[in-house]
Amino acid sequence: MSYLSLSDQDKKEMLARTGVASVDDLFCCIPEAVRLKRPLDLPPAQSELELVRTIEALGRKNAGTGLVAFLGGGAYEHFIPTVVDSLSSRGEFVSPYTPYQPEVSQGTLQAVFEFQTLVCQLTGLDIANASLYEGGTAVAEAVLMAQRVTNRNKVLLARSLHPQFREVVRTYIKNLGVEPVEVPFGPDGRMDAAALAKALDDKTAAVVCQSPNFFGVVEDVAALSAAAHGVKALSVVIVAEAVSLGLLEAPGKLGADIAAGEAQSLGVPLSFGGPYLGFMACRKEFLRQMPGRVTGQTLDRDGQRGFVLTLSTREQHIRRERATSNICTNQALCALRATIWMETLGKQGLRELAWQNAQKAAYAAGRLAAVKGVKKAFAGPSFNEFVVTLPKPWPAVDAALKAKGFVGGYGLEGAYPELANAALVCVTEMRTKDQIDRLAQALEEVLS
Amino acid sequence: MIKEIREPLVFELSAPGKRAAELPPLDVPEAKDVLAGAALRREIEDFPEISETEVTRHFTRLSQKNYCVDLGIYPLGSCTMKYNPKVNERLSAHPAFAGSHPLLSEDLVQGNLEALKTLERLLGEIAGMDAFTLHPAAGAHGELTGMMLVRAALEARGNARKHVLIPDSAHGTNPSSAHICGYTVKEIKSNENGTIDLAGLEAEMTEDVAALMVTNPNTLGVFEPDIQKIAAIVHAKGGFVYMDGANMNALTGIVRPGDMGVDVLHINVHKTFSTPHGGGGPGAGPVGIKKELIPFLPVPVIVEKGGRYALDFDRPATVGRIRSHFGNYSVLVRALCYILSLGPKGVREIAEYAVLNANYIRKSLEGEYHLKYATPSMHECVFSDKLQKEHGVTNLDIAKRLIDYGVHPPTMSFPLIVHGALMIEPTETESRRDLDLFIGAMKAIAREAKEEPQTLHDAPHVTYVRRLDEVAAAKTPVLRWEKKS
Repeated sequence: MSYLSLSDQDKKEMLARTGVASVDDLFCCIPEAVRLKRPLDLPPAQSELELVRTIEALGRKNAGTGLVAFLGGGAYEHFIPTVVDSLSSRGEFVSPYTPYQPEVSQGTLQAVFEFQTLVCQLTGLDIANASLYEGGTAVAEAVLMAQRVTNRNKVLLARSLHPQFREVVRTYIKNLGVEPVEVPFGPDGRMDAAALAKALDDKTAAVVCQSPNFFGVVEDVAALSAAAHGVKALSVVIVAEAVSLGLLEAPGKLGADIAAGEAQSLGVPLSFGGPYLGFMACRKEFLRQMPGRVTGQTLDRDGQRGFVLTLSTREQHIRRERATSNICTNQALCALRATIWMETLGKQGLRELAWQNAQKAAYAAGRLAAVKGVKKAFAGPSFNEFVVTLPKPWPAVDAALKAKGFVGGYGLEGAYPELANAALVCVTEMRTKDQIDRLAQALEEVLS
Repeated sequence: MIKEIREPLVFELSAPGKRAAELPPLDVPEAKDVLAGAALRREIEDFPEISETEVTRHFTRLSQKNYCVDLGIYPLGSCTMKYNPKVNERLSAHPAFAGSHPLLSEDLVQGNLEALKTLERLLGEIAGMDAFTLHPAAGAHGELTGMMLVRAALEARGNARKHVLIPDSAHGTNPSSAHICGYTVKEIKSNENGTIDLAGLEAEMTEDVAALMVTNPNTLGVFEPDIQKIAAIVHAKGGFVYMDGANMNALTGIVRPGDMGVDVLHINVHKTFSTPHGGGGPGAGPVGIKKELIPFLPVPVIVEKGGRYALDFDRPATVGRIRSHFGNYSVLVRALCYILSLGPKGVREIAEYAVLNANYIRKSLEGEYHLKYATPSMHECVFSDKLQKEHGVTNLDIAKRLIDYGVHPPTMSFPLIVHGALMIEPTETESRRDLDLFIGAMKAIAREAKEEPQTLHDAPHVTYVRRLDEVAAAKTPVLRWEKKS
């Protein structure tokens, strides 16, 4: 398959105009010694029909497709109304560049402006950026931003923060002199307030909690924020399941200074982990320290409202090594999907969706905990995920459940060895009562 | 397509009680004590309420205010805006991939892992590198990852070193990425050809220097003819050669970075392998490395044994995790589709036709626009507004006037070493007709600059909005809608 558009005659005439005899002559500046003197060793070109067969055959090797999954842990299967795919797949949205020429990019720019507003409304904070890569790097950016704002180098990370996010933070900060300190969780699954109080000092840049946390437990954000503010540290609240904000109080109203995380659950498909949608919102006094692109409102020469990329003096293409971040391209199309998704769900829809998630997860937690030997691990309030402990090691239970058609949850033996025989179970609106009942039934059979 | 339509913000369309999506009724018994003890909100204040018809009209109208590659030539230099094949969109969205949860166990995602491993191998062959990681979410993220690998390798040797050398023509992400890895940046001045000055490099290249970050072809679209000598100078002092592969599309099948002394590079898949740019992402920035850097790869690493694929986390020397999960998977599937579609000859043609098209434009506009560097061009050429400045016309005026002619402007004011730059990159997928449309517009504008400069100052004339006040936007930032109180 070729996507070239020149005829042989075009090519001949263009070479003549260019003043060279052949295409090879155009590469005269490349030293002979380094040139590749053989064809690339790649599979032969495929027509569209062959390609479809090749790629669909790969898809059939994904044995997970037919199983009923109760997986969350930072990536959520939610209903995506047809309009989201239909509108976001328009070539006018898919195939432009970053809106450097605002007069011919008002569609993207206005959508980003709406996205920024929606993120502010959900988080209860003043300003938001146009997106970041994904949850892990968004947390890392938030930590680095807190370091810049406070000029302090110690950061307290909840152990109940997504394990992958914690790993990314450590990778990002290790060359920048920021010291991470992990704060344990208590028996209710929330951050241990006493341990936090002990760890806080006047070197602390930020307290970073996730709510709902990795165990699905809703943190006491107001208390954690107050504790952070007690030593003039920032309260950074990470959200990995953005649908929860349909129901939970906005972090900004509970004292959060920065909210960041993963917004994949707002209309972005699971896609094996990417592309997802990192986001960040904060108080307006931190504006100049915020990483990433921002869209702002302005006027054109006729006094009409329009939108432009703005505040670029924070960014790498102007400030180079002194930029607030090295990020350039972000996740504009994922942010567009989320914008369409949020506007389609709307005020009532998002609340109902969040309510259904919480209800279904609570029902599932009750059903599973009724199975002999199974317990809900944490008593703290949970949203659409919860941890269960089992009388047997999870890997064996998991394998047996798979044989019955279920991915019953995500085993915590790797990330949390201190939690014995535990698994994280997620229930969104996509799971029916019948599926939940059958999972409970299957678990009972597996454990008996 | 009606210019007069001013599409309101969704918040201005909103009215209480309206809605688009509906959910099925809750099918479990409703419990009253759910979330007891958590702080709940009464409502999401001012969140929009509109119908599905309105959602569709809203975004369709907005879409029509965008210029895009599907509509016409988009010759942004360094950005590489080429056609995005439709079949790749369809295949990457296939339910077998789109519905695939990243925490599924390896045995349930063999197809995904095979797709990624295959792409790693194909990129390795195209770039001449020993291994690839597909984790980075974009080019800048790839730079950061690549420089982390360099730092880890140097630390393993006992000294992380202090500085990174970067030419003055480089993308701003280079110094920014090096900085996050804990390095200070030293700038290398370009010579009169716009390429790296060997004497300058030799003087700066000490045993305190971790790496040289070089873009090749550089941002002028000029191939570094001394690349082997450059690599030798850096290697002689124990440093690494990092290549910003943003311009890899000029080299595919012609020359491989791995064969010219490059130790680590990133590739922007939207630039070379046609994944859509989406109005600003998602991208993907795979990083290719030589053997010495393999132990430091970010985790997890996909390994193959006897046709089965697994995730390897047990890598003691790893730089760690640089993001969640495994990379921007559906973007990477599109890149895989592109390489499989094109095959060996087609991948070489990416470079051949990109360079032919760029040189055709350069030759057609020489004389009309000033060319600061006469060095031969590869896939892009950088003119400036020097001749038009004599009539008070700037590159901004030229760019805005191009919009009136129905083509997208080139990249402006970059690279920084060319004042008033107009950086033009047509890519390989353009037709003669679209190339000529652009050339014709540029020529007409050169004429207008002399005869009627005011027309250029007032441009664009045909867009939904006229020239926007970017200074005011930055001075008094309005970054969100708020209800009028």
